[in-house]
Amino acid sequence: MEIVDIKEKWTNQINTVTIGATPQQGGTRGSTVTVGGETTLPFLTFEGEIPHRPVIAGVVTDVVPEDWPDVLKKAIGDPINSPAEWAQKCVEEFKVDLISLKLLGCDPAGANRSPAEAAETVKAILEAVKVPLIFWGCDDEEKDNEVLPECSQAARGENCLVGSATETNYRTLGAIGTADKHKLIAEAPVDINIAKQVNILLQDAGFSLSDVVMCQVTAALGYGFDYVYTIFERVRIAGLKGDKLMALPQIANVGWEAWKVKEATQDEDILTGWGKLQFRGPMWETTSAAGYLQAGADIITLAHPQSIAITRETIDELMAN
Amino acid sequence: MIFIGERINTGFKDIKQAVTDKDPAPLKEWAKKQTEAGADFLDVNLGAVSADPAVMCWMIETVQDAVDTAICIDTNKPNILAEAIKVCRPGMLINSTTAADEKLGAMMPVAAENNASIIGLVMDESGTPKNADKRVENAGKIIAKAMELGMGPDKVFLDPIVMPLKYMQEQAKEILDAVGQFGLFSDPPPHVVCGLSNVSNGTTHKGLINRIFLAMAIGRGMDAVICDVLDTDLVNAARTAELVMNQEIYADSYVRT
Repeated sequence: MEIVDIKEKWTNQINTVTIGATPQQGGTRGSTVTVGGETTLPFLTFEGEIPHRPVIAGVVTDVVPEDWPDVLKKAIGDPINSPAEWAQKCVEEFKVDLISLKLLGCDPAGANRSPAEAAETVKAILEAVKVPLIFWGCDDEEKDNEVLPECSQAARGENCLVGSATETNYRTLGAIGTADKHKLIAEAPVDINIAKQVNILLQDAGFSLSDVVMCQVTAALGYGFDYVYTIFERVRIAGLKGDKLMALPQIANVGWEAWKVKEATQDEDILTGWGKLQFRGPMWETTSAAGYLQAGADIITLAHPQSIAITRETIDELMAN
Repeated sequence: MIFIGERINTGFKDIKQAVTDKDPAPLKEWAKKQTEAGADFLDVNLGAVSADPAVMCWMIETVQDAVDTAICIDTNKPNILAEAIKVCRPGMLINSTTAADEKLGAMMPVAAENNASIIGLVMDESGTPKNADKRVENAGKIIAKAMELGMGPDKVFLDPIVMPLKYMQEQAKEILDAVGQFGLFSDPPPHVVCGLSNVSNGTTHKGLINRIFLAMAIGRGMDAVICDVLDTDLVNAARTAELVMNQEIYADSYVRT
């Protein structure tokens, strides 16, 4: 007996956002990355259109993250000490679609790098690779208000994706996005109502939502993953049903969050019976990524080369069906 | 909520004058204002100013020249509809048919052939129903005709026909009951719409009555309204009702200020 596909009828399309600018478009990228445009839930190609497959952004940081386990540092190798070389390795060996630079070193509680130094890192990466760039501040709002404008200016015209606009700093981010022609990440702390609010605020400040990618502070598997998953899903369903404030592509910052949890950082000498971290770490990251892909993520950040390879295969397989 | 802007109607003096003088400016101005206020459709009504389809076409083209918003072709004359629909961009809404056989036979095929949506007033040859049951019976006739022509239920906007609260107070409850039952026809259900201002006809507190009636109707499943989309209090009341019905995701700045 033939089983008939049950098709949901959606009324709206998710916005399409292009990151990166080629020389013809005023930048220096070799190619651009476009996400969004869906008229159906993730991978339901029989039901609607998914014009752009989800993409993988390779995580790069300006200083080596202290709390990352050796298994991750070793997998990246020596280039981890140079953001530009690390970005090159991400593109050439790990085959990522774009780079996601976390300006961790600007944190006043850490290396406290200056805005000028951060801007140099941004420039170095833009020179080293031809793929589009995402860059995020250090999560210290006061510092980010200095760092992000400087980096934005350094990358002027490159159509980067800049993170993150929040309920409190949206004016600054909206201004630099407009001035330097970048796209913005709108971020909320695992709260769908605040997510919608940030979008309204950005729109009211004159920044077009067609240039925004939404982000929930991404939780790794086991640390609120299910909350974030449902928010991704609810945002996407609301968007497809016609809520234009929610019809935006979404980014899951998996590579940055997954390597903070004990399951991905502590080996079996501490976590007895949990198996070798060498396998468990990338598996933890990959599993989180696979979940967010199903929930509606359009961009996934990943750090470990093995996670990148497996996630790419997962996307290949899911898009082929 | 699907908002249909009511303002481009020769019932309003400025529009009547503009149509008589063939002055496009007021039509364009109202098209822009209503679009900026969030109208999903712009109702265009020639009224009794002219019986010439070319005048209606001029009104629609003038509006489309100013904005991209979809048109709601407001006429009960099949000959005007036939010409008007040719100049409309896709995604138009026809306002309206009734459940009377002759009307259904004349208007519904035009909607079906043009992939248009259509408002169905739940009245028939015997006039406007006095109770919920008859409204639902007439709605059934409209839905059946749409299905016969291969139109999806989401292409039909059922209008329960709102009556003035002041003069026919007993009708409001019947109307709301009918709205509740319209949702049971199909999955997805047909849209439910009303020309809102009639409910407050002749009253002192028009705005308040419009807001409360619309909110209560949304509570029963109404999802579209022909109204003054520039009435911020009304739009915000509708948005709040949608939040209460869990149809929208809450955000602190959900109201328009």
